[in-house]
Amino acid sequence: MTKIAELYVGDTLNEIQLDPVSRIDLIKYAGASGDFNPIHTIDEEAKKAGLPGIIAHGMWTMGNLAKLFTTYYEEGFIQDYSIRFRGMVFLNDVVTLKAELKERDENLLKFDVLAVNQEGKPVLKGNVVYRLF
Amino acid sequence: MKEMIGKASAKVRNTVERGAVKKFAEAVGDVHPIYLDEEVGKKSRFGENIAPPTFARVFDYGVIEGLNMPNKGLIHGEQIYHYERPLLVGEDVYCYAKVSDYYEKPGALGNMGFVVLENNGEDKDGKTIFTSKSIVILSEAYRKVQQV
Repeated sequence: MTKIAELYVGDTLNEIQLDPVSRIDLIKYAGASGDFNPIHTIDEEAKKAGLPGIIAHGMWTMGNLAKLFTTYYEEGFIQDYSIRFRGMVFLNDVVTLKAELKERDENLLKFDVLAVNQEGKPVLKGNVVYRLF
Repeated sequence: MKEMIGKASAKVRNTVERGAVKKFAEAVGDVHPIYLDEEVGKKSRFGENIAPPTFARVFDYGVIEGLNMPNKGLIHGEQIYHYERPLLVGEDVYCYAKVSDYYEKPGALGNMGFVVLENNGEDKDGKTIFTSKSIVILSEAYRKVQQV
């Protein structure tokens, strides 16, 4: 495996395609995170809120995306992680997680990160600053 | 809502619980041994397992007096974390919340309100471990119902 410190600007991390989003994924995240907003788990509540169906917690997708970096833990850590929630993730959506190195500033690696759905539409977008030890 | 700017909660002691980290890592499909395997944690430079970066959302940040913002109908627009170092499994983290800004602007959902809410964590000596900001959007409809 390539070291994260050896990446060049323009290089990407190995992207990850998640399994189709299931209700149990969101129930598990609700329990693990303590976010029990029912629009993420209960159809009627999502409909009452004007949604076509339940949607994933934005933080579920953001939490998933961080794993692009986990394997490099011996080299550094995520210092800054900023995300804008751009689109909703529905049941059975297939989300793909991506990161591209945009800039290097000594021991700081600045990545653009992105999660897209099966239509290639961004559902979240942001940046990671990875600090090397 | 504007009068809430600068208001903060009292600090709450939280512990980075091993079981909670495991459940969280599983829930976001990030089941790496650095989070879960005690031996790997011990051998790492941290001497301990660490927690995923968005684990901080699990903590109790206390209550900001006078802030009436029920979850229902809120839109989470943006989330920003800054870490001085990773969270260690087993450590105590002193957490508090603060309203750092509020502004209004017209948009797709009427005259919308934007609350910038900080959720921060310190070690026992008061040194910052992480800071975070959530930008929460209140639609015109939400503001009418909640009178904010």
